[in-house]
Amino acid sequence: MNNLELQKIANEVRKGIIISTHAAKAGHPGGSMSAADIFTYLYFEEMQNIDPANPKNPDRDRFVLSKGHTAPGLYAALALKGFFPFEDLVKLRKLHSYLQGHPDMKATPGVDMSTGSLGQGISAAVGMALAARIDQKDYRVYTLLGDGEIEEGQVWEAAMYAGHKKVDNLVAIIDNNGLQIDGKIEDVCSPYPIDKKFEAFNWHVINADAHDFDSLRAAFAEAKTVKGMPTAIICKSVKGKGVSFMENQASWHGVAPNDEQYEKAMAELEKAGEELCQK
Amino acid sequence: MSEVKRIATRQGYGEALAELGEEYKNLVVMDADLAESTKTIMFGKKFPERFFDCGIAEGNMVSMAAGLASTGKIVFASSFAMFATGRAYEQIRNSVGYPALNVKIAATHGGITVGEDGATHQCLEDVALMRNIPGMVVCVPSDVIEAKAAVRAAIEYEGPVFLRFGRSAVPVINDRPDYKFELGKGIVLKEGTDVTIIATGIVVESAMEAAKKLEAEGVSAEVINIHTIKPIDEELVIASAKKTGKVVTVEEHSVIGGLGSAVCDVICRYNPVPVLKIGVQDEFGTSASAAVLMKEYKLDADGVYEQVKAFL
Repeated sequence: MNNLELQKIANEVRKGIIISTHAAKAGHPGGSMSAADIFTYLYFEEMQNIDPANPKNPDRDRFVLSKGHTAPGLYAALALKGFFPFEDLVKLRKLHSYLQGHPDMKATPGVDMSTGSLGQGISAAVGMALAARIDQKDYRVYTLLGDGEIEEGQVWEAAMYAGHKKVDNLVAIIDNNGLQIDGKIEDVCSPYPIDKKFEAFNWHVINADAHDFDSLRAAFAEAKTVKGMPTAIICKSVKGKGVSFMENQASWHGVAPNDEQYEKAMAELEKAGEELCQK
Repeated sequence: MSEVKRIATRQGYGEALAELGEEYKNLVVMDADLAESTKTIMFGKKFPERFFDCGIAEGNMVSMAAGLASTGKIVFASSFAMFATGRAYEQIRNSVGYPALNVKIAATHGGITVGEDGATHQCLEDVALMRNIPGMVVCVPSDVIEAKAAVRAAIEYEGPVFLRFGRSAVPVINDRPDYKFELGKGIVLKEGTDVTIIATGIVVESAMEAAKKLEAEGVSAEVINIHTIKPIDEELVIASAKKTGKVVTVEEHSVIGGLGSAVCDVICRYNPVPVLKIGVQDEFGTSASAAVLMKEYKLDADGVYEQVKAFL
């Protein structure tokens, strides 16, 4: 899929995030928007054997949303991929909905692991990658972490073990938007330098631009060539990317747009979509 | 009388894993740097490609177990009860319990019979912690034979299970031809009419011995082995409580949240009768040999006998 097509899908993912969090009157749009291009690249370009008609295909690549609170982004990508109707995104966080506030693998088609408690998803991803080794399967496992999330000690337990076991079918993507709930990550509890840390845990590290599909394409292609170590792709991103008043605002971490903000955000995304269609 | 064989329940755990690894090709075992102590090393030596020593990182081990289980593996994750259920509680709840994955938290060194290591390593809260997780089966075998049977049952059961094993060698009490293990089914070891003694784990033996002493004094005690604390055998507990009118629970665990609480949950609803909860009261353990501690905390036969007698 070319970059323009990916950009169009990413714009639809962003609309899905705004639509679902607005309808839920709750949720986490900021980190969902910063990861929208990453969700898009993974589900529409990178991952193999992803088939809505066969969501449990044992040979499929796996994705674990370690930063589970950005479920609205994942749900939008899964809906666009065909796992469930896009119109259902408004059911986010509603009573007994199959679109829970955080990913629920039992409820939602296409979700490979239940996550939400930060730091646990990357470990689960390592476990899946080890299973591929036992079964001599060549599927790959991807996991997306927040840059605030990596303050959790468990992330480094997982990183240490994956590096130690040379788990080279594993890619951890760090959504480095620089903001967590309480403010800038460097003000709260700086995880920098992120690249040096992963390198020290025997990972191959790639730096990428989360909003540039050429950059993502190059990073994921390079990761595939890495043998004998897991890969970390540190993606510099903008929290709230795609909606002007949400960008780079920590306050948009866990707040849903109200009616007025919804209209404004959707207008911006409609316009962005039209511009993409002109290209 | 011939010498009673004494074997630790963890030994049965290790042997069962090593045996069943042949039969179940999707069996995977994980440990957190205690494989020699938990006995998972017996499986590890035989099936190195399906054994993961995760180092001293219990939280990561449990979440990795969840990932492995999501691909169809039956995963046993082991450490001492303190760290398996205490350190990794939230990983068990969220990575294993919530998605109902096929992970067995198999903890050894439960209770005070850890001995000399003292309070930091004597987990008295593990059953309470695991009971609260929706869908979690909780099983505490009473001897090596029951331990082996429980491992097989846990493998055959699809879903999360907590198994608790002990460090110290304990008498083999289930070596009889008609012994049958079924998850969720209690076992009446001795029928009686005056009092019901419900026990779990290695103190089932103390309960049996105490019942014999009571019998000699004309007190007819019914003894029930509840190896599965959740789901508990409600029918059996209620029927026995109705028959005897008095219930004593015995566990090598805090009296808060363990077997005693589980029994009370059933009894207070269906057939309220007085219940005495024998176990470790609201306190931490202490360093000493297992035998000395069993006496100190009144969990040996004499201790149980005296407490039951005072209760009647």
